[in-house]
Amino acid sequence: MSGHSSFQTNNPVLKWIEYRLPIFGFINDSLVVYPTPKNLNYWWNMGSLAGMMLVLQIITGIVLAMHYTPHADMAFASTEHIMRDVNYGWLLRYMHANGGSMFFIVVYIHIFRGMYYGSYKEPRELLWWLGIIIFILMMATAFMGYVLPWGQMSFWGATVITNLFSAVPLVGEEIVAWLWGGFAVDQPTLNRFYSLHYLLPFVIFAVVFVHLWALHVHKSNNPLGIDIKGPQDTIPFHPYYTVKDLYGMGIFGIIFALLLFFAPNLLGEPDNYIPANPLVTPTHIVPEWYFLPFYAILRAIPDKLFGVIAMFASIFILFALPWLDTSKVRSARFRPVYKMLFWAFFLNCFVLGYLGAKPPEGIFIVIGRLSTALYFLFFLVLPFIGWFERPRKLPESIATAVLESSGDDGGGGGAPDAAAAKAEDRG
Amino acid sequence: MADSTGGDTHDPSRRDFLYVAAAGLGAVGTVGFVWPLVDQMNPSQDVLALSSIEVDLSGIEVGQSITVSWRGKPVFIRHRTEAEIAKAKDVAMADLPDPEGDDVRAEKPQWLVLVGVCTHLGCVPLGQAGEYNGWFCPCHGSHYDTSGRIRKGPAPTNLPVPKYVFLDDNNIKIG
Ligand code: HEM
Ligand code: FES
Repeated sequence: MSGHSSFQTNNPVLKWIEYRLPIFGFINDSLVVYPTPKNLNYWWNMGSLAGMMLVLQIITGIVLAMHYTPHADMAFASTEHIMRDVNYGWLLRYMHANGGSMFFIVVYIHIFRGMYYGSYKEPRELLWWLGIIIFILMMATAFMGYVLPWGQMSFWGATVITNLFSAVPLVGEEIVAWLWGGFAVDQPTLNRFYSLHYLLPFVIFAVVFVHLWALHVHKSNNPLGIDIKGPQDTIPFHPYYTVKDLYGMGIFGIIFALLLFFAPNLLGEPDNYIPANPLVTPTHIVPEWYFLPFYAILRAIPDKLFGVIAMFASIFILFALPWLDTSKVRSARFRPVYKMLFWAFFLNCFVLGYLGAKPPEGIFIVIGRLSTALYFLFFLVLPFIGWFERPRKLPESIATAVLESSGDDGGGGGAPDAAAAKAEDRG
Repeated sequence: MADSTGGDTHDPSRRDFLYVAAAGLGAVGTVGFVWPLVDQMNPSQDVLALSSIEVDLSGIEVGQSITVSWRGKPVFIRHRTEAEIAKAKDVAMADLPDPEGDDVRAEKPQWLVLVGVCTHLGCVPLGQAGEYNGWFCPCHGSHYDTSGRIRKGPAPTNLPVPKYVFLDDNNIKIG
């Protein structure tokens, strides 16, 4: 990398370092002069926000670990000790617990953004795959983190989710005993979950690095979904997007603070303030909100093995998306049929989320099955859409689309959006 | 490579042998290293040491149940009513997803001993509830009958009966 770097300096110390380790050139190339499409809208802020949340979770997590005790007899009490006795312990724990939720909100928006603008398509398939791997690792991390306070929901959530593996034919029971280290969720389970909960965020960190590596090869997609054709289509990352990302962090920080200080238990379950009791299951157990759509799919199917298969399939099918979508056009702005389908899929995810929190009875079962079918139907019809859909005409380049609309630039994120408004009838 | 001057190494079969032998040994070594890392997660010896418990049944009236903890799991012991026993016996095998006679499940018909863990995903079912008035699992809606057999819902099998013996008329040993 050293030879091609655009980094220039006369400072002898920097020069000395750069000659041996071209780190300033690397930073300069990837965060300063890095060419970025001119027309990114605010949905492109989610990446930096997700990175910020990962760092925040690691920082608050390491501090919590200084006061937390991973023992079945003491975990609940040590969590309460953090809440009541440790200086600012309440703040740190609420930051970590709600931080997990905010992290998922950001990542879900990030994923839907990718789906809407076709960011998973050639040549970004591996970038998309790495993203899904991060998502799966996040789910594992959050699941094990939620077990640590050892409340009723912790315990029974852990029991139900680990039991998913008992559906595996022949060796299911052995796998579950292996996961538990015993005949039920107990001390060995808590202890190993703690170990892994500490480890996985750092694995995520490494995968994020590779994710960004892949990103920087072909650069960001953009709302028009067309390739960068030359320097006229891009602006340097700094100061334009550093400032925009910081602005986004400010807005995000305000929302996070509102949740943190005014409704820290809004997304939590009151039952998790009852210590774990292996002999009594709460009458209504629900996972954390970010798992609800998948939980709804699990429950929609009246057969144990197929329910588990459907639930895992609903996540893993995302890996196939780049090949299921046969259209050459990336952005939904130019794809009238796909756009409708996308919004139907989006809404359906909320329906599934709603159902995941409802008891599995009566009408909820019926809607649950319907919604589950719709979820998979999206992926099944996708290949055919690409064949018969007539996409709108794509603009010649990012630069021309932006220039066309520069007359009615409303400031802020206005320019790219106005460009899009010209190119289609908004959506 | 082929024209190197290294004597024996010209012989491709000898070199192949070295490759395969080295790779094979490496693979065996890797498995030998990884297996302890995997196996350490299995239940440890103290957990495995078969724990058994003795329970005194004398205080349990007809129509009452108790829950005891065995190997970290709840075990239901129910003193069944005549009506419950009759209902449990009066079932066509064809109606059962997991066919098992009540006489096989309860050594003495009045005493039903069950591991109280739903065979779906492991919740503890509620007693004397559900459409068959046996047990009902609130987690995903599994209905068990008065013999603890699955009748309806996602659970695939009956509530298991643990190994137990009657020490005398009023005492059993589970495990
Ligand atoms: C991907 C990043 C992470 C996510 C999504 C995450 C998520 C969670 C969640 C959802 C909880 C349960 C909070 C509650 O309801 O009380 C939790 C607890 C905990 N986490 Fe994390 N975590 C992350 C990183 C870390 C790291 C890196 C550490 C330690 C180095 C850590 C240490 C802890 C500890 C000690 C607890 C138990 C205390 C408590 O319940 O608040 N976490 N985590
Ligand atoms: S755990 Fe009992 S029905 Fe799912």
